[in-house]
Amino acid sequence: MGASKVKNFLRKYMMLIATVVVVIAFGFITGGQSLNPDSIDRLISQNAYVFVLGTGMLLCILTGGNIDLSVGSVVCLAGSVGAIIMQTRLFGSLIPWPIAVIVMLLMGLLVGIWHGYWIAYVKVPPFIATLVGMLAFRGLANIFLKGKDVIVENKDFMNVFGGSDTCYVPDFLKNVGPALVSGGNTLNKTCIVFAVLFAVGYVLYTFINRVRLIKLGYKVDNIVVVIIKTVLIVAVVLWFGYKLASYRGIPTAFIWIALVLAVFAYITTKTTLGRNLYAVGGNEKATRLSGIDTRKVMFSAYTLMGVLAGFASILVIARGQKAGPTVGVGFEMDAIAACFIGGASAYGGTGSIGGVIIGATLMGVINQGMNIAATPVNYQKVVKGIVLILAVLFDIIMQMKRKGAKKKHAKVITTEEGGAKS
Amino acid sequence: MAKVLLEMNSITKTFPGVKALDNVNLKVEEGEIHALVGENGAGKSTLMNVLSGIYPIGTYEGDIVYDGEVCKFHNIKDSERKGIVIIHQELALVPYLTIGENMFLGNEQGSKWCIDWNKTYAEADKYLAMVGLTDSSKTLIKDIGTGKQQLVEIAKALAKNARLLILDEPTSSLNETDSRALLDLMKKLQREEGLTMIIISHKLNEVSYVADKITVIRDGSTIETMDSKDQEISEARIIKGMVGREITDRFPKRHDVEIGDVMMEVNDWTVYHPEFSERKVVDNVSINVRAGEVVGIYGLMGAGRTELAMSIFGRSYGIGISGELRLRGIPVTLKSPKQAIKAGLAYVTEDRKGNGLVLSNSILRNTTLANLEGVSKGGIFLDKDKETEVAQEYVEKLRTKTPSVEQLVGNLSGGNQQKVLLAKWMFANPDVLILDEPTRGIDVGAKYEIYCIINDLAKAGKSVIMISSELPEVIGMSDRIYIMNQAKIVGEMKASEATQENIMAHIVGVKGEPANADEVNADAVDADSVESEA
Repeated sequence: MGASKVKNFLRKYMMLIATVVVVIAFGFITGGQSLNPDSIDRLISQNAYVFVLGTGMLLCILTGGNIDLSVGSVVCLAGSVGAIIMQTRLFGSLIPWPIAVIVMLLMGLLVGIWHGYWIAYVKVPPFIATLVGMLAFRGLANIFLKGKDVIVENKDFMNVFGGSDTCYVPDFLKNVGPALVSGGNTLNKTCIVFAVLFAVGYVLYTFINRVRLIKLGYKVDNIVVVIIKTVLIVAVVLWFGYKLASYRGIPTAFIWIALVLAVFAYITTKTTLGRNLYAVGGNEKATRLSGIDTRKVMFSAYTLMGVLAGFASILVIARGQKAGPTVGVGFEMDAIAACFIGGASAYGGTGSIGGVIIGATLMGVINQGMNIAATPVNYQKVVKGIVLILAVLFDIIMQMKRKGAKKKHAKVITTEEGGAKS
Repeated sequence: MAKVLLEMNSITKTFPGVKALDNVNLKVEEGEIHALVGENGAGKSTLMNVLSGIYPIGTYEGDIVYDGEVCKFHNIKDSERKGIVIIHQELALVPYLTIGENMFLGNEQGSKWCIDWNKTYAEADKYLAMVGLTDSSKTLIKDIGTGKQQLVEIAKALAKNARLLILDEPTSSLNETDSRALLDLMKKLQREEGLTMIIISHKLNEVSYVADKITVIRDGSTIETMDSKDQEISEARIIKGMVGREITDRFPKRHDVEIGDVMMEVNDWTVYHPEFSERKVVDNVSINVRAGEVVGIYGLMGAGRTELAMSIFGRSYGIGISGELRLRGIPVTLKSPKQAIKAGLAYVTEDRKGNGLVLSNSILRNTTLANLEGVSKGGIFLDKDKETEVAQEYVEKLRTKTPSVEQLVGNLSGGNQQKVLLAKWMFANPDVLILDEPTRGIDVGAKYEIYCIINDLAKAGKSVIMISSELPEVIGMSDRIYIMNQAKIVGEMKASEATQENIMAHIVGVKGEPANADEVNADAVDADSVESEA
């Protein structure tokens, strides 16, 4: 039993452990540079799109390993349209940025509906439907851009969605109490307070929920495990908060990522739609025969992916301060890789938002670490490829092991039954 | 006495939890057509899989003596090299390749680096002529009918220099003319090529037409071998061998169940095959079931039982569905499984893994899948506590063996999976449950428990339709039995009046064999009188 417990533990936390190891390793390689506050900060804002697109991609992958190849092009298209709108004068003044934001989200939605319709109702294979989108939407974006970059200058837009130096949550508490100084940096108090509140909230939730479950008579994890887990999470949260506070505080992009992740974590785990996504990916026929409209489920997955691609385009043009013909090239691959590194099955039915977070973070850390260590770009790609295959291999090996264990288990059960009969 | 080509001695094959073959012996002489008969799951196919090396040496006990030497097959290639070729029930042809390409798939003609297409097609034509097929070997498989495809399979086997040809249910997808042609071809090959053949079939009239010897397998053991030289083998004689066991108290009794009004009624129901749109898979079927009643539908595999059930359940199978469906006397049209569930129907599939369960999900998730409304607010926000409660309740009620409701269904044994499947449909709270082979592939103990669940359902006033190809089960569990064969209902009787022999006779009788005609007619009259009594 001990061995199988270890295996289970590894299976569940391997990628998390790998991420931690990689973070520490790069810390050493770069002489601590990759752990500097500004690096941590950049890690988030540079990879914001991976988290958002990875979330959408997860929905598609859950429905049966289906992917969306078009997201990079959609980011480019929606971003271009948004940037052009913000630079357009109407009645003598620039069009307000919220309109551009709404249009970008709507574009994403429309693209999602477009894909969803073909894939779910006409049964065009997702690979082909989205390959069409990948080509067509990039072309369309280039037509709108006339092949040139369009600069985004709207300060308010960038402040809200995170781009330049000012894109941080203002330190509301700056003048409350004495200034906190650490390592030569003045700490952002709002950030610290947030981190502490989050940590406290997490601890409270964990234990209140635990008490509730025990009351209802459910099985709960071993208390020691729970405490260790909680302590680790709190430590990471506080460390993370401290790092951000030492720089410029909470990047606005972080708030948006957290929001998207939270909403979709909720959707995937606590709603019928989420349940249906897993069921369709696990066994489409059985799901249909259970009275669930599987077409609608597929349609929803691609529609939400579209909206998220639209949203990612907002973050991307805010961060880059421009829209351009090559914006978003290869984004789909980052998103797909994040899902698979995070343990999503290429056949659908398994995967989680937590996995996407780990996958996206691991990729981001490796990217950034290699950048700081001045690894040539082409080598970086090779390394990323190797990481992906290792992650998937690990998953496959663990599954084979589990099956082997299962067979033995089944034999035990049958002999028990046989004994009971006689 | 002719030379013995094949001898299988004391073959025992165990799957986890099931003894599929128990000390089976089979002796086949050179140049004979030997038939293997037995009920579904009796072990015929398993025996042939052992012979052809699909179950390699070491996974079974006993030995195979072929052509005077003990054989140790590790895979199909090994057995094919010896000239043992098996043609499976499902045709293994690639539709978009030509006949010739299919025949030499994996056995390409020419040198290692270059396929000689002229040789391929010339050879193919030679073997096609041998089986009496006049189509060009350059025709695509998809462009010829199933009858001809079956002939291609045989030609393909001959091209492998087969000495012993095994045909597993070769006529199951053929119409009568094609079937007869195939059987005649077998006789011709026996006569002209001296080919030895083993045929597995459910169709007893075909067996007695073509076979020199018949071996009956029942519950994983060989019961007897009959030789047509010694005696005239009648179908009744074969049936007796096939079903010869006694029905004991393997079935729990139902007490105090009041049978109420007609709950569901299907009239003149006809369904066509979704791919071969001219083929009727359900032909003008009329059945009904009352509240608190368990109605059995007996038929062999491929009789159209599943097709009937699934087409009723929200048209989830087939095209061109016509006929009338009434629930509590009111005509309804159910266009999707969703509507069917809303109307109070449940279809518990025979194919647990393919159509029933999401193996990668937990017991909990599977239990609530068909009724997520019942565990969510507004049909959107899931109430995890309620779900756990429901799943836990059914685990206890059906005595599913599992450490927790969070266990993945894929990790459970067959019997426990079946219970989860039943739980899912019980939680959907239907009035009519159609159980398709509810005890397939599960052990005796679990079977008994499933029977108890069926009884409880009937007691609760539900209507249960139980589709099964196990005669004792149908007779032991049903109040009333419909017999289905080749897309039609060929008989109806009260369970109290049913015997294994007269049910089987209905099925055999459809072919219109003169020997059984009287018996069949007598039974048909019986069925009619039952109907008027009811």
